[in-house]
Amino acid sequence: MNKSEYMELFIEETREHLQLLNEGLLKIEKKPGDDGPINEIFRAAHTMKGMAATMGFEQITELTHKMESLLVKIREKDLVLSSAISDLLFACVDTLEQMLENIIQGKKKEIDISYLIIQLNNFENPTHNINIDTINELANNSWKELNEYEQKVIIEAQKQNLNIYRCLINISSDCVMKSVRVFMVFKSLEAIGEIIKSVPSSQDLEDEKFDNQFTVYFVSNKDKENILKIINQISEISIGKLEIYSYDNTENAENADVGLDQEETKEITNNVKTKIHQTVRVDINKLDNLMNLVGELVINKTRLEQIFRTNDVASLNETVEQIDRITTDLQNVVMNVRMVPIEQVFNRFPRMVRDLSKELGKEVNLILEGKETELDRTVIDEIGDPLVHLLRNAIDHGIENPEIRNGKGKNKVGTLRLIARQEGNSVVIIVQDDGQGISLNKIKEKSLEKGVVTNKELEQMDQNSILNLIFSPGFSTASTITDVSGRGVGLDVVKSKIQALSGKVYVENREGEGTKFTIKLPLTLAIIQALLVKLGTEIYAVPLANIDETTGITDDLIKNIQGQEVMVLRGKVLPLIRLSEIFEAGGTENSEEVYVVVVRKGEKQIGLVVNELIGQQEIVITSLGKLLLGIPGIAGAAILGDGKVSLILDVGTLF
Amino acid sequence: MDDIQIVAFRLANEEYGVNILNVQEIIRPTLVTRVPKAQSYLTGVINLRGNVVPVVNLRKRFGINEEKNNDNNTRIIILNVSDLKVGIIVDSVTEVQRITKENIEEPNLIEFLDNKYVQAVGKHDNRLIILLDLQEILELGSENNDKTANSKE
Repeated sequence: MNKSEYMELFIEETREHLQLLNEGLLKIEKKPGDDGPINEIFRAAHTMKGMAATMGFEQITELTHKMESLLVKIREKDLVLSSAISDLLFACVDTLEQMLENIIQGKKKEIDISYLIIQLNNFENPTHNINIDTINELANNSWKELNEYEQKVIIEAQKQNLNIYRCLINISSDCVMKSVRVFMVFKSLEAIGEIIKSVPSSQDLEDEKFDNQFTVYFVSNKDKENILKIINQISEISIGKLEIYSYDNTENAENADVGLDQEETKEITNNVKTKIHQTVRVDINKLDNLMNLVGELVINKTRLEQIFRTNDVASLNETVEQIDRITTDLQNVVMNVRMVPIEQVFNRFPRMVRDLSKELGKEVNLILEGKETELDRTVIDEIGDPLVHLLRNAIDHGIENPEIRNGKGKNKVGTLRLIARQEGNSVVIIVQDDGQGISLNKIKEKSLEKGVVTNKELEQMDQNSILNLIFSPGFSTASTITDVSGRGVGLDVVKSKIQALSGKVYVENREGEGTKFTIKLPLTLAIIQALLVKLGTEIYAVPLANIDETTGITDDLIKNIQGQEVMVLRGKVLPLIRLSEIFEAGGTENSEEVYVVVVRKGEKQIGLVVNELIGQQEIVITSLGKLLLGIPGIAGAAILGDGKVSLILDVGTLF
Repeated sequence: MDDIQIVAFRLANEEYGVNILNVQEIIRPTLVTRVPKAQSYLTGVINLRGNVVPVVNLRKRFGINEEKNNDNNTRIIILNVSDLKVGIIVDSVTEVQRITKENIEEPNLIEFLDNKYVQAVGKHDNRLIILLDLQEILELGSENNDKTANSKE
């Protein structure tokens, strides 16, 4: 058995269930009377418990188990979900997240959950004098204890207005012949109704393979009191709990497969490795698509072999066209597989916004749009932090306190929008709040104070450039340092992170009305458009995203200022770099006409002198591997159409 | 050290060997793309069926000054060392041989041999085959030092 395989699945699914828990709890908080979410979180907790038990993570099992018990109470309306309870449940979810994180990192550290457990127990009606644990165990398992047939019987009985009971029966511990007592219980129940099921099974009960408790499901037209009376007549027997059981179709909790024996689960725990691979869950349709294409490719490959044997040039042409089409499709599908919906990132925000606004005493309504927008996996993994930063900023600095908002005539609940959508070959993410906006005067003061700009520079700047100062390193407008933001690392980090993803970030601002950050990201990082250029005999690829323009010049237009070669481009002085010299490629000496590729890094422009422009091409970025890591000026390699390897320029490291 | 199977090859006037378990395949020379500013012994990268694989020039690595152009016998041995794929250019590949335990000598027994790239020396049919320490050649750190230390005991 491959344990790491299960491990990945476990982590992936547990994450999903934690997400469900978070979402469900948020929903309940908003609409306390709604039954849907409580069932949802109950199921999530239940499934998690099952999975954790299978994998041998006892702490998770214990905690989810307790949460479940509490949730059952809430679901059955024995308990009202108060703010204290939801806080506690949120705390549990956080702890579970932490536990999962520990598992992922291979730490065996135990988290103290006793406090949470005690609190959960306290909420969960402590007056019951019977063993709460066992009752809950039975209650919680009840959904999956029933098979389809038994469920049908119950539904049928419900239709006939019969009562369905779930009865927990205790047998006193000094009872000598438990099976006899069980038999008596069964007999008296059968006299007044029909037994649907017992847990453990009747066979096990007969063989006395149980402790001092068992549960019976039965249908009867008698009421509770009657039944209590009848059962209590049997000596050495007491009823632990008798409840009317109603079957609800939606309660088909997934059966967690708890089929491993103890030894095996132990082994798994010991084998938890630190190295957990990243996985992508793929829509089965995408995979089918992929499979079809590969099938076609194989057919055409055999055809090519056939043609090779017979030398049939006409059909060769046809086959080549086919293969061309298939590979293009194949590329698209594979790229698609790498794409994951941004939902993965967005999902954690409602919870974060809730906690933060509660903490800061603000009221914020978070609106998520375009959750289904897809982005490359690598981008998804990196975009979370910058977004967190922007959202936090918006809540901390942007949206005002309810009182202030009231005073300004705004809705006291602030609106925070997080929107994602695809625009051509890029994805746009917008973070927009209707708060107080950014004060330009404050920016001016602050950047002077922090020495980001001088007074002189400031005078020459237009509004937009002043606004963009917020992205400068060391800039933070918050006058007090809060836990939330304003720790000196600010928007410059956001900007550099987004730039590292070949993206761009813009800010729009209306004082008093709000701020809008727009992030533009490429759909994928693996395949890019590049301009192929020639240096001597070698071909290099320059990412198109870095290029502003290209121009051809003759050698005599290149001037020399203090050892630095420059050219004048439309009145502007442009510093030049001779790439062939940097890369020792040779071949520039006797060429009169050269080409200049104007590239940009932030505000700076520079001209790269090359011998020849070959053209634009889509290239697949390949890493150069461990041995060739960190070579300045080279970002990776790409295989060109003719099978040659071409190196990709890392424009950022050239200036 | 147990019996090992090696791929033996010629370079300059010596015969060398690498453990067959490290050899993925042997290919004919193909176009090598130079990587500027890389270590001098790294000739460049090649396209191995869609994978970009770096190629090491063993002559440069061993400090053999005499250059040699590719000819009919030149081969690139694609090695797989510690999950790293790398090609080495050799003058010719001679054969695959099994070298028995007793025919493998630790380099420190042979006094004139003072080369950190040498893991051991194998004897076969009156020939001496230098068994290379690939970890050391590729500067992959000290993992292999432990092994040699153990075998010396």
